[in-house]
Amino acid sequence: MSQTVLIKIRRKDNPNAAPYWETFELPEKPFANVISCLQDIQKNPVNIGGVRVKPVVWDCNCLEEVCGSCTMVINGKVRQACAALIDPLEKPITLEPMSKFPAVRDLQVDRARMFKDLEQAHAWIDIDGTHDIGEGPAIDQETRHKAYELSQCMTCGCCLESCPQYTLDNNFLGPAVFSQARYFNMHPTGAMHKDKRLEPLMKEGGIANCGNAQNCAAVCPKHIPLTESIAEIGRQTTFHLIKKLFVE
Amino acid sequence: MIKRQAKVVVVGGGLAGLSAAMKICEAGIRVVLVSHQPVKRSHSVCAQGGINAAIDSKGEGDSPDIHFYDTVKGGDFLAHQPLVNDMCHQAPAIIHLMDRLGVAFNRTAEGHLEFRRFGGTLYSRTAFAGATTGQQLLYALDEQVRRYEHDGLVEKLEWHEYLGVVLDESQVCRGGVFHDLRTGALFTISADAVILATGGPGQLYGKSTGSAVCTGSAAAATYLQGAKYGNGEFIQIHPTAIPGQDKLRLMSESARGEGGRVWVPKDPKDNRNPTEIPESARYYFLEENYPLFGNLVPRDVASREIYEVVYNKGLGVGGEAMVYLDLTHKSPEFLDDRLGGILDIYEKFTGDNPKTTPMKIFPAVHYSMGGLWVDYESDGNGLIDHQSPRNQMTSIPGLYAVGEVDYQYHGANRLGANSLLSCIYSGIMMGPGVANYTKTLDKAPEDIPSSVFDQARIKWESRFKEIKSMNGKENPYSLHQELGETLLANVLIVRENKKLEKTLLKIDEIETRFGDLQCLDTSDWSNPTPSFINQLYNMIHLSRIIAKGALLRDECRGAHYKPEFEIVQPDEFDPHEYIDYLEKKSYEEVREEAFPPGHLEYMKKFEENNNHWLKSSIAVYKSNQPEISYEDVDASQVTPRPRKYN
Ligand SMILES: Cc1cc2nc3c(=O)[nH]c(=O)nc-3n(C[C@H](O)[C@H](O)[C@H](O)COP(=O)(O)OP(=O)(O)OC[C@H]3O[C@@H](n4cnc5c(N)ncnc54)[C@H](O)[C@@H]3O)c2cc1C
Repeated sequence: MSQTVLIKIRRKDNPNAAPYWETFELPEKPFANVISCLQDIQKNPVNIGGVRVKPVVWDCNCLEEVCGSCTMVINGKVRQACAALIDPLEKPITLEPMSKFPAVRDLQVDRARMFKDLEQAHAWIDIDGTHDIGEGPAIDQETRHKAYELSQCMTCGCCLESCPQYTLDNNFLGPAVFSQARYFNMHPTGAMHKDKRLEPLMKEGGIANCGNAQNCAAVCPKHIPLTESIAEIGRQTTFHLIKKLFVE
Repeated sequence: MIKRQAKVVVVGGGLAGLSAAMKICEAGIRVVLVSHQPVKRSHSVCAQGGINAAIDSKGEGDSPDIHFYDTVKGGDFLAHQPLVNDMCHQAPAIIHLMDRLGVAFNRTAEGHLEFRRFGGTLYSRTAFAGATTGQQLLYALDEQVRRYEHDGLVEKLEWHEYLGVVLDESQVCRGGVFHDLRTGALFTISADAVILATGGPGQLYGKSTGSAVCTGSAAAATYLQGAKYGNGEFIQIHPTAIPGQDKLRLMSESARGEGGRVWVPKDPKDNRNPTEIPESARYYFLEENYPLFGNLVPRDVASREIYEVVYNKGLGVGGEAMVYLDLTHKSPEFLDDRLGGILDIYEKFTGDNPKTTPMKIFPAVHYSMGGLWVDYESDGNGLIDHQSPRNQMTSIPGLYAVGEVDYQYHGANRLGANSLLSCIYSGIMMGPGVANYTKTLDKAPEDIPSSVFDQARIKWESRFKEIKSMNGKENPYSLHQELGETLLANVLIVRENKKLEKTLLKIDEIETRFGDLQCLDTSDWSNPTPSFINQLYNMIHLSRIIAKGALLRDECRGAHYKPEFEIVQPDEFDPHEYIDYLEKKSYEEVREEAFPPGHLEYMKKFEENNNHWLKSSIAVYKSNQPEISYEDVDASQVTPRPRKYN
């Protein structure tokens, strides 16, 4: 007889509706992951009670853990659904949406705030223009290695979901943004506009609000050294403050 | 007179859409950037291996001219040469720009850009950022667009889907129809021009290396409204992917660029652990059959060889359709630095450590060379006039297409690491022309009667109402799977007319069953089902373009391989003989003895075939079918000749 998998999903029809749990029993397949199970539900949206229901709604795109879309809470742990293979997961499997972002529907949440916060932190390099003005600055291998570690942040929100300081209704910027500010400040051209990135991090919701719980680095799927970034930004903002005091 | 600020809608925020948006903003034009999902999560993040530019940092003698030659040869001469030439000459400047934007490219000891080898060339021409180059490039462009958003020039509409174009009475594009994927609202946006940068159609095949939103639906919808679709039958099958239920994950060509070797056990029954199989019992078929290019032959060639070894010779690993891709001879530190991203993917999704065990891989659908037909204007010197509003314009005036969704640049087969280049190059290249187009418009969007927009919206409202009322027996997701399985079985590496004919009948059957779909969810809020049903409809039409194009093209070219029509190349043939032959022919009757036995006959056949088939296929929507015609290719710079990689 073929094996089956039980998946319990925390559903919600719209932002204002009450959440409810619904369980599905699915055939076990080789190389299955959480995404392929959700796809199987689309093909046969019948719950364990035999009732035909609306297919479960979730976000996904790249399916290889580089776009960040399919982040959700799987068996209590925040991670990408595509990289969650069924085989090693404890059964029954529970799927829940992230709790730190406004709910949209079922496993979908709205992470627009993360992108807005990147804008606040001046997370880009100010170039003169896109016309051809020759090579970029030379960068030593060690600096590039560090930069690459940081540049892989896919704005997935795992760090924020696990952070006790980050809530639905406050304005804490959180580790991903701090780490991005550090990343741009490391770049030879980016460093020329360091202050523009540090200023917003010194306001309410900035680096001073970090409670140093260190959950962020532990859950980051890209193993970005977020606590190191927090310490580094702490150092940079302190220097910036001292510099400002002297100048004023 | 007050100068009006023009407005351009860019649909899609992958590399192509973002670079176009950036360049157009730089000209002071407002951009509305529409995307299915947040642009930072676009499919381009998947690209692993790198991006090409002949910077020749290793003193190997590489040059943009050689890059140009490799690209047109790789594409079996089906690409318009002025475009490819211009792209290859702009490539170094593009890499330098991306470097200035902060992309964490790998570096040399001196701090300059590092390059590696990729398929279809003998030079180290591929710049890379670990094995997540697409992600890194996309982020850099996303950041520049965010900067313009901050300055108020860009308005982003994420979670919105493009459904179709708004055409005025003279069939000029005046905007688009959009679907808010949260509220379900349908509305139009008026604009001076619309740019489609909506990526490729991997989802047609159900499973591919592509992302979930790569349905090709936007392109197909536009074709249904009259736009020409070019070279549809050219679908690239990547030789090295790993299995999965939801998608086939790619193992980038960079694995071979960094020294990866492809092999199978000589004895198909040899089921020892691969690390215990001695060299003498391994068959390195690419290295043996292609001594010059070895594991780095172009993708069409590598995929066919794997097909041959696995299906015709029965040598697949463990009797399955798989071969080994072996990196175990490289040091773990080297692999981490250069390929970390993809090796992590392999380990995560298969449980095996590729640093100690050879990977098991097989070919998968990867890229569409074909796409919406677009125009260009040559500068008369073999390059492109960057000011021309014709560049990247579809057959619908005012509607542009760029990136994987267009049909230019890669001919019949794309070389690895050339797509990221073509996306960014064309996005940037088209900017000045689009700006010029907005200046020449006879009417501003405000001057178009509102009825034009109302009609477009009403049409889509009734279409979605109709979809929501579908209450038949078929499940849309299962029907999609069936469509994918049909294409996988019949329109893949090796193509046969009998099977292609059956495929077209099967597509007709799927279209009929489409009428019996059930809309599984009819709610208004954040409901993907109606949208998917509409996409499926578009996918059915797109698969017909591909299958019919493949059926009609009775030859072998690049990724399109039909053994029935293969012109077998003599073993000792040298492509230069063909150039000789053409020259001789221009002033005298060429005699059999002038060439080794059999070569003249081969060359005559090759020439005759090219006269007939060296043409872009163009599909136009007519009475529910693609009507296919053929257009000449600009091959004025490098004479098309037989390809050879050994
Ligand atoms: C696994 C993998 C690895 C690859 N590696 C390489 C490599 O190393 N080098 C290389 O050169 N190439 C590589 N390629 C190819 C390359 O990644 C793609 O061809 C390229 O990224 C396509 O970019 P794009 O901008 O055209 O489209 P995409 O990045 O696909 O973006 C499409 C955009 O359009 C939006 N969109 C689509 N439809 C709609 C709609 N109807 N309404 C609204 N928005 C819509 C999407 O949301 C998205 O923002 C790889 C491809 C794959 C699959």
